[in-house]
Amino acid sequence: MKKRQSRMIFVALLVLGVGLAGYLGLKAFNENLLYFFSPTDVVEGKAPTGKSFRLGGLVGVNSVKRDGIKVNFDVTDNANTFNVEYKGILPDLFREGQGIITTGSLINGTFVATEVLAKHDENYMPPEVADALEKTKQ
Amino acid sequence: MWKWIQAFASPQNFYRISKKIIPWFLYPFIALTLVGLYWGLVIAPIDYQQGESYRIMFVHVPAAWMSMFIYIVLAVSGGIGLIWQIKLANVVAKVSAPIGASFTFLALVTGAVWGKPMWGTWWVWDARLTSELILLFLYLAYMSLGNAFDNPKTASKASSVLAIVGLINIPIIHYSVTWWNTLHQGASVSSVEKIAAPAIHPDMLMPLILMSISFKLLYGALMLMRARDEVLIREQNMRWVKNVIMEDGK
Repeated sequence: MKKRQSRMIFVALLVLGVGLAGYLGLKAFNENLLYFFSPTDVVEGKAPTGKSFRLGGLVGVNSVKRDGIKVNFDVTDNANTFNVEYKGILPDLFREGQGIITTGSLINGTFVATEVLAKHDENYMPPEVADALEKTKQ
Repeated sequence: MWKWIQAFASPQNFYRISKKIIPWFLYPFIALTLVGLYWGLVIAPIDYQQGESYRIMFVHVPAAWMSMFIYIVLAVSGGIGLIWQIKLANVVAKVSAPIGASFTFLALVTGAVWGKPMWGTWWVWDARLTSELILLFLYLAYMSLGNAFDNPKTASKASSVLAIVGLINIPIIHYSVTWWNTLHQGASVSSVEKIAAPAIHPDMLMPLILMSISFKLLYGALMLMRARDEVLIREQNMRWVKNVIMEDGK
């Protein structure tokens, strides 16, 4: 009985210790685990300057201008907006109003992107349902 | 109740009873998989944004759920093995690990195949993808550690401690998409706010639920089959094993 209790305490301490270590570790590295910065983060100076970082937000409606494989569009979080320049192939889900994450750096106020990734949201529905939702919104 | 559990947990009884239980996992698994796959891949409507490509989630999502579920089984039965020293718990943990690793691998591969056309990349180091990859490494470490000792008792002890330590990764995987900005989308079904009103159309949710039940049944069947073999190996010097083999030989 005594032995079993001490083993129980060992397992409980193990779980608690690892939990605490994990919590503290994650708290310390929280900033580094952010995959991208929003335009507001960038305006507030949270994004690194002088080196490349990831900018995430929605593609501005009516902002996409194509010229061959060169694309120019806005990325916005509805508070702040950055103009993005990109040369290359865009993913299937890229469209106006879609969430995207782009890697690059700020040069004279324009975000020059080397990579554009589309972010999908958690909503799944058939096209008819999406149309119906769109109609009720208008 | 306690007596009943103890009786079942004796290797000999487990060997006898599990033989009768396996078909109850195996046949429903086959039926549910056929229905679930047909429903998901043929009947379910296309997605308004992704078209047909979203259908990979009928394998990806249940596999990812199983990867975490089996890890919890590993840690819990490891803990039971450590505290109450029930042999069967150690057996269950040991034989579950390769199954869990396979589901993790399946989730990672199907995710990459979907990510390339949809996101525009096979892989990114965001919090969700990275923590799931760490889960695969945890499984591999667990299996290697379990095989590194000649004495199965020492092996179980060491690998159980590792399984419990690695348990911290499970909430990290689950909440990675809410705690941090990730490329991976948030939870559609398995979060507290979404359980009541999933962000996924019922016509798509039903086959997803069927497939996740079917994967659980598959795990049950595979785990029991592997556990029976492991029990025979561990108890090979016992009289009942000789009797079993004599009987099967007849």
